[in-house]
Amino acid sequence: METPLDLLKLNLDEKVFVKLRGAREMTGTLQAFDSHCNIVLSNATETIYEFLEGELKSNTKSSEMVFVRGDSVTLITTPSEE
Amino acid sequence: MSTLSPINPKPFLRDLINKKIVVTLKFNKTQYKGVLVSTDNYFNLQLSDAEEFIDSQSKGKIGDIFLRCNNVLWIGKDLSEKSGSVSADSAPAEATRGANAVLEAQETEISQDAAPPQTAT
Repeated sequence: METPLDLLKLNLDEKVFVKLRGAREMTGTLQAFDSHCNIVLSNATETIYEFLEGELKSNTKSSEMVFVRGDSVTLITTPSEE
Repeated sequence: MSTLSPINPKPFLRDLINKKIVVTLKFNKTQYKGVLVSTDNYFNLQLSDAEEFIDSQSKGKIGDIFLRCNNVLWIGKDLSEKSGSVSADSAPAEATRGANAVLEAQETEISQDAAPPQTAT
């Protein structure tokens, strides 16, 4: 019986798009994950959305290798084709 | 004599596998519609052919998704006939990026406003 986390294995070493709590998103190469959805991404880019003076602004941050704590993860998918 | 047979959560969810379902999240009026691929003991969900809805507005198809269990409010069968077929006019997947950002950014702002001042006085 396959579980969602088993199927996430198929995304290892692939580009993933991760939605996080607090209007944040991340893309990067999935290096590792565990049952809590703690995630390690390489070549990661984080996009942080903010609502300032009635306008939606976004900031991006990049890092070579990053650990994401599982509790802030809401969704994981493969990024849309570019 | 009537016999009551309870439907327990796990068998209920197992019966929904390979069916169209709706998942509502606890946050930003977000819903996902898609075909349930698998679940586990935590009720983490894997959907295929998923479409994101925020405030009942389609934000486009996003394909295969993994949903972390803690964000889920409820799960149900997708009863809407329309969404059973692939809607050709749905926005491209790209549209989903930052789609809930407005709501969530606002929500974050509100919760910050509502929070008692930590450093004051």
